[in-house]
Amino acid sequence: MKNIFIPLITIIGILLSLTTVSAGLIWLERRLLALWQDRYGPNRVGPFGLFQVIADMIKIFAKEDWVPPFADRAVFILAPAIIMIAVLMSFAVIPFAPAIEVVNLDIGLLFFLAMSSLSIYSLALSGWASNSKYSLLGALRGAAQMLSYEVFMGLSLMGVVIVSGSFNMRAIVEAQRDTWFFIPQFPGFIIFFISGLAETHRLPFDLPEAENELVAGYHTEYSGIKFGMFFVGEYLGITLISALITTLFFGGWLGPVLPPVVWFLLKTLLFICVFILLRASLPRIRFDRLMSFGWKVILPLSLLNVAITGAIVLLWS
Amino acid sequence: MSSPNIIQELENRFGKGSFTTQTTKDNIPTLWTASGRIHEILRYLKTGTDRPYRMLYDLSAIDERIRNNRQGQPESDFTIVYHLLSFERNEDIRIKVPLKGEHPSIPTITDIWKSADWYEREAWDLFGIDIEGHPNLKRILLPPTWKGHPLRKEYPARRTEQGKFSLTEEEHLKEEEAQKFRPEDWGITQRGNGTDFMFLNMGPHHTGTHGIMRVMLELDGEEIVNAILDIGFHHRGAEKMGERQTWHTYIPYTDRVDYLAGSLNNFPYVLAVETLAGIDVPEKAKVIRVMLAELYRIASHLVWFGTFAQDLGQLTPVVLTFNDRERIYTITEAICGFRMHPAWFRIGGVAADLPEGWERLVKDFIDYLPPRLKEYEKVVLQNAIFKERTVWIGVLTIDEAIEWGVTGPNLRACGIEWDFRKKRPYSGYEQFDFDIPTAKDGDCYSRALVRFQEMRQSLRIIKQCMDNMPTGPYKADHPLTTPPRKERTMQDIETLIAHFLNVSWGPVIPAGEAAFGIEAAKGNNTYYLISDGNTGSYRTRIRTPSFPHLQAVPKLCQGLQIADLIAILGSIDFVMGDVDR
Repeated sequence: MKNIFIPLITIIGILLSLTTVSAGLIWLERRLLALWQDRYGPNRVGPFGLFQVIADMIKIFAKEDWVPPFADRAVFILAPAIIMIAVLMSFAVIPFAPAIEVVNLDIGLLFFLAMSSLSIYSLALSGWASNSKYSLLGALRGAAQMLSYEVFMGLSLMGVVIVSGSFNMRAIVEAQRDTWFFIPQFPGFIIFFISGLAETHRLPFDLPEAENELVAGYHTEYSGIKFGMFFVGEYLGITLISALITTLFFGGWLGPVLPPVVWFLLKTLLFICVFILLRASLPRIRFDRLMSFGWKVILPLSLLNVAITGAIVLLWS
Repeated sequence: MSSPNIIQELENRFGKGSFTTQTTKDNIPTLWTASGRIHEILRYLKTGTDRPYRMLYDLSAIDERIRNNRQGQPESDFTIVYHLLSFERNEDIRIKVPLKGEHPSIPTITDIWKSADWYEREAWDLFGIDIEGHPNLKRILLPPTWKGHPLRKEYPARRTEQGKFSLTEEEHLKEEEAQKFRPEDWGITQRGNGTDFMFLNMGPHHTGTHGIMRVMLELDGEEIVNAILDIGFHHRGAEKMGERQTWHTYIPYTDRVDYLAGSLNNFPYVLAVETLAGIDVPEKAKVIRVMLAELYRIASHLVWFGTFAQDLGQLTPVVLTFNDRERIYTITEAICGFRMHPAWFRIGGVAADLPEGWERLVKDFIDYLPPRLKEYEKVVLQNAIFKERTVWIGVLTIDEAIEWGVTGPNLRACGIEWDFRKKRPYSGYEQFDFDIPTAKDGDCYSRALVRFQEMRQSLRIIKQCMDNMPTGPYKADHPLTTPPRKERTMQDIETLIAHFLNVSWGPVIPAGEAAFGIEAAKGNNTYYLISDGNTGSYRTRIRTPSFPHLQAVPKLCQGLQIADLIAILGSIDFVMGDVDR
């Protein structure tokens, strides 16, 4: 009985806190952006405007659930669910603390990569099913973007795998007891950070949305809770990438004095803020430039990183 | 700047009988000629003469049918006016063609100047003058279903004169149908090179078009094969209103033409009226005008800067520059009582003297802005992604720019130092010490650089205004000054009568014609006014810079991507009020 009960509590706990946290991120982002832009941001509902999120959620749930008549109904409804599922599934392999983890998979890292590749379907399908030109262009851009970053995203992590000798997330964290991997794997960290930005479609890589060009890109036709799922999905994605950077390059839960889970959350929060700061400061890159940058600069760099790391590890042992 | 040489030159070449000269108050050589040889003459002016008139500065029409004071001009029902500009001479020339009949026609000159395209469509749209051989003679400012040609004198200026308005469901559908894009109407096909192209309708409500404008794109993937612009959604009939309002009450309408640049719009209008009336403006009024004009130039450029960065995906600058603009509005509010549209200039001066303590406000702003500009330069103009998006995108060469009638910062970005404030100083600009920033590549980045530097130069001018503000009256002591000076009205009856008439009817400006061009925020803005000796203008022609700028966009974006189109639209800095009037 105990064997079923504890994992269930963990799963439900993680799910609930994740969705709350990512909704809370919407507030955090708005407040931080406002701070950097000499504005106030939401500050009316509840203390510091914290309940704004709840008000937004109520609004978004209460909105009419509308599917445009020209859309491909089944796929249109399915698409936003995919991104939520794919991102939430990825969290299964993240070790928040030594005792808090849904599943300790030996192929944890590969599982994450597989899930992140799946999330592109959400974007491509929503663009296709919307049957609108702006959505289609957004989806096209999304697919092109995926092609250019997915390859080096995987490669950038191979350095970590080589150094730690495992795909298991827990083992990777444990391997960082002496030095966090962002020091030996600095190029890998930078490349993963860039591809993480692309993965979550955040500025400067928010091409599939690009509201100045494509209205809202792939989710132009979405509204109500289905739009809400894309929206929360994006923030879940940010949380996921930040959590992964923490786990893979910044020693996960490791840290003195404070309890492990606090360390993990603090580090993750820091990267989330970096994501938001980037959004406040950078313009958007053009999508063909992103592709050529990916294939001509980042891919060779990440290959070089893998080769050099491999050679050093071979020589060392 | 009158030049008898060009008149003589033309008469020698085309025969003395071909032309009738007309004297105008603005001293621009004005020649009447029959429509038969207009092609030859214009072509000669563009390419034949040395120091040629290379820019078609303006093309408009006049409905002459009820004009009383024609002052010996040739018989004409409708007149087409070609206004050309020569950079080498720093001179203009005006060629007028008299046309007879209710719906006359004239050959097109689109084969001489590409920029004539929209101007001729406008003449057809608003006057019903048929342009023979025009490649695409459609309505441009009004919807395709419109009946009548509004700038004709018989067309009522007020809605209430036209009977009750109704729009049935059926008519509504018809209007919608008329808005539909049919590629074959524009001579483009869906197929080519073995691929099917996609048509994308961008606007009239789109985040990237800065107002209500529609772009119809023919796309190959994301590459733009063709772009067709549909304007006119913002058309408010500003020129028609000029014929209905008195000289004085028209001033607030001018504010709203380029609605970001406030008083800068009053400037060419009052200068043109003052040229007609022969009013000399006192020094203090001149300096107040220059100061406000430069403040509004900065305000307009700040909005442009923020929105341009926003177009490229940068979220923050737009909020910051709007904050900065707010500080300018604090100043204009203290001086004028209004923020965006102060309608502050008056015929013969400005509305009131500067308030107490204005120096402190202006000084605060002059101290405040430069560090901010430095920050923007670092964060935006020197940003690698920003450069990547703008350098060598939407390149305009000098020749192309002149061909398309491009003026202002967009022209200077191509490498030519052409600024009316230096070349044809008005309102005392010759006394100020400032530079004209230029760039050389003519791409989006150059345009951004030029405008950005202009803000610094404007600050210099404002500082000089503040340090050297003359004393004395703020409006001219002239019977046509509006509102007239009141001090002596209680002492002599003549002044009282003049005051009463000018306040109640408005001033009667002597018959004549004058155009006055200034360097507005977005380029050269000219008001061409014709007085028939009445309390209102007989014809008000507003030559705005954004109209020709926008016309060049399809050429600039060909072969580029949607993202580049947005960058180009942002970089040329237009507002739809300025395009559609």
